[in-house]
Amino acid sequence: MSVVPDEKAAVATTGVRAEALHFALRNGKLLAGLTVLVVLLVLGLFGPMVAAADPNAYVGPQFAPPSGEHWFGTTIFGQDIFTQFIHGLRATFLVGLLGGGIAAVIGMAIGFTAGYRGGIVDEILNMLTNIVLVLPALAVLLVINAYLGIRSIPVQAVFIGLTSWPWVARAIRAQTFSLRSREFVDLARLSGVRPWRIMTREIAPNMSSYLFMAFILLFGGSVLIGASLDFIGLGPTDSISLGLMLNNAARYNALHLGMWWWFIPPGLGITAVVGSLYVMNVGLDEVFNPKLREM
Amino acid sequence: MRRYFGRKLLIYGLTFFAAVTINWLIPRLMPGDPVASMVSRANLAQPEAVAAMQAYYTGLFGLDLPAWQQYLNFWGALLRGDLGISIWLFPTPVADVITRAVPYTLGLLVPAILLSWWAGNRFGAFAARRRLLDNTVLPVGYILTATPYMWLAILLAWGLGIVAGVFPVAGGYSYAMRPNLSWEFVGSLALHWFLPFLSLFLVAFGGWAIGMRNMIIYELEADYSSYLSALGAPQRLIRRYAFRNAVLPQITGLALQLGVLVAGALVTEVVFSYPGLGSLILKAIQNQDFFLLQGVFLFIVIGVLVANFVIDIVYVLVDPRTRAGMGAEA
Amino acid sequence: MTLKVEDLRVYYRTLKGDVKALDGVTFSLADGEIMGLAGESGSGKSTLGKSLIRLDGRMRHIGGSAELDGKDLPVGDTHAMNPFRFHEVSLIPQYAMSAMNPTRKIGRMVDELLRSRGVAPMRQELERRVGLVGLSADVLDRYPIELSGGMKQRMVMVISTLLNPSLLIADEVTSALDVSSQKAVAKTLLEFRDRDLVKSMIVVTHDISLVYQIADTIMVMYAGKLAEKATADVIVSAPRHPYTQALISSLPEVGVRYEERRLQGIPGRPPSLLDPPKGCRFRSRCPLAFERCAEEPPFAEVAPGHSVACWKAV
Repeated sequence: MSVVPDEKAAVATTGVRAEALHFALRNGKLLAGLTVLVVLLVLGLFGPMVAAADPNAYVGPQFAPPSGEHWFGTTIFGQDIFTQFIHGLRATFLVGLLGGGIAAVIGMAIGFTAGYRGGIVDEILNMLTNIVLVLPALAVLLVINAYLGIRSIPVQAVFIGLTSWPWVARAIRAQTFSLRSREFVDLARLSGVRPWRIMTREIAPNMSSYLFMAFILLFGGSVLIGASLDFIGLGPTDSISLGLMLNNAARYNALHLGMWWWFIPPGLGITAVVGSLYVMNVGLDEVFNPKLREM
Repeated sequence: MRRYFGRKLLIYGLTFFAAVTINWLIPRLMPGDPVASMVSRANLAQPEAVAAMQAYYTGLFGLDLPAWQQYLNFWGALLRGDLGISIWLFPTPVADVITRAVPYTLGLLVPAILLSWWAGNRFGAFAARRRLLDNTVLPVGYILTATPYMWLAILLAWGLGIVAGVFPVAGGYSYAMRPNLSWEFVGSLALHWFLPFLSLFLVAFGGWAIGMRNMIIYELEADYSSYLSALGAPQRLIRRYAFRNAVLPQITGLALQLGVLVAGALVTEVVFSYPGLGSLILKAIQNQDFFLLQGVFLFIVIGVLVANFVIDIVYVLVDPRTRAGMGAEA
Repeated sequence: MTLKVEDLRVYYRTLKGDVKALDGVTFSLADGEIMGLAGESGSGKSTLGKSLIRLDGRMRHIGGSAELDGKDLPVGDTHAMNPFRFHEVSLIPQYAMSAMNPTRKIGRMVDELLRSRGVAPMRQELERRVGLVGLSADVLDRYPIELSGGMKQRMVMVISTLLNPSLLIADEVTSALDVSSQKAVAKTLLEFRDRDLVKSMIVVTHDISLVYQIADTIMVMYAGKLAEKATADVIVSAPRHPYTQALISSLPEVGVRYEERRLQGIPGRPPSLLDPPKGCRFRSRCPLAFERCAEEPPFAEVAPGHSVACWKAV
């Protein structure tokens, strides 16, 4: 092939990782996304410690626009919207992390197993994947959550995770298929390494960048599904989330009352979290995939 | 080809089977006595409704029967088109309530999906590898896809509806009218349709534009593009080929996104009190009308399955490789 | 004289600086000449082949010129090069297996390509050429995926030579094929020249034993510079450059590629082209190296049609 790949090996064996880092630190999209995400994460993580403990407490005047006292104003009942916002952010991160994490783990496990084992195991898992894939997740969650009365954020996140893994399983199955016939995997198999070890030691590292990016997308997807559930009226009853804030604002007519401070922050918060994740993802894609880098 | 469709139909059949099973199983997983708890959770005013419900539920659940019998009865009722009685609109059958709402949801979803797909693909392909557009307009696409459907709907309702006063923000047609076949009524329908459509369209548009832009970049890096460049073919031809090839995964993407789009339509309807399935779900949840909720769920599943099958057919028509008898992968 | 290349320099831009992949190359190609271009990967042979038709994104034309049939070939200017491509210079890429648009029937793709270059579709001629490489005309109504690897390879050869270019660059055309297909492809290349479909040809390869069968001359590159050029027989039987000698002596049997074996006979690796050493670049691995090699040897003609860049050969 061309001169470059060989040349790099000859120049220094600093490896792919150092190169990825080099591009990562210079990738505007990745850095911008990460910055926004970290700011929001810090706000959601430490904000609730500083602000009032109960986001639903009636603390101020009702129906007040933003002021020095109440930064984001208050609701029609006199709840502080900023307090709700930072608590809601925390819930958003929880849903994303837990829902996205569970979906990623299931997707990887099923994708790896199907792709590595092949045969009848693959047939069955692939069928399962396809079925869950066509089932509209939100509709399933609506029925489950309504019937079982699921109103806590962690449980909601678990169910989101249980329904949103299929596309990851599919992609990982395809990649495992192509990796498993590569020499280094053959070598491991011939030397009697256990399948589990081959998956974790040989195959997963070769897909690590992809796995990470898939997790990011699942994170964003879980946040959006969670917000939709909360908005339709299946939000937490004992705490607050950004989706529930939107639900409250819509239910109590914030639109007609002109209370823009009630519905703008929660939506903006969700958009910022998910948007920064997506932008980070594009940045990472450029870092890991040289063809996409701008030259 | 036959194998390809056979396999697809098998998957859809199994999916429907799974959906019905979920529908049957979930109520039975409710803690305590489901009939009592459902009746008590449905805050009904009329005592005769409570009695009717109690009788109906008990009959339908048939909890004294063995589980397999209950399950078969459930399927039997379903196949007769019996989805139960709505509690919210007691005693209207759920099937009737849903049939009235479905046209609104379809009228919103189908144009929004098709137009956003078409426009997003065009725009994304146009923006790819044109630095100025890529760097200025595509961030907007990212923000749009990250926007929760209901939030954009709220912003549009507020901005264009309440502040500017251009569009109505609630209902499927003017509350002062009764449905009839007059231009006035159609105009009112269109006016009420526009904002929900626009907000669905915009969010979806962002996603398609970005997807296409990324696909096209891969295609422009593909070997056949390099070969054409080496032979001096103009960018126009190369881009045309790249677009055509990038559209194929976008068709698959459409199938994958259906669930998300339907979810988007549901919450958008809620914002605009648009009389489709989304508003029904809201009412069902608010009134603890589980039969209605389950009915809507089944309808959505059926709709998504049908749409998937249509997309499969379109894909085969568009991709020569599947037509050539290759790629029987499901 | 078909092609004249003068002091051509093409660098790759990388993070760590410029990789001097092609660092001052001067040679010429006669009418009707088939020249094998050999060397290890990283020697610059592929870069040379590419730079005569289309530089890819990271390649920069630093200096030097090329002349084709007496006209200046604007190798550094992608836009100005365009009229030459396909008409005058053409390429059989090493990725022939995936060079055709997968969603167009081959015949239609060729028509569209021709029309985009302002040439009227020539179905009859196309069918004749397809027959020439032993394919039946109905491949034109098929999609690339319906063709085998060897068929795709031959189809791409037909497309690339359709406008009878003066210069054809065949880039590692045999490396993806099995031994018998390799021979068929080599023969076809020869036939193209003999039937005057192509005036002259550069066959980039790392398989000297294969190119020896069809090439009139062989040019050996090492670390971005020319090492030796002579007739194929001379290169194989009486090479003068120590690198060529090592290359030939390490050749195992016909058809087996030596690249994977990393040149058993020659210890060490090629120098970094980021910051290549002064003087002869083979010096550190050369068994014959002496003081003078710190000075760069010229690529000088030591016998008619035989040029070598080595102080010992002069």
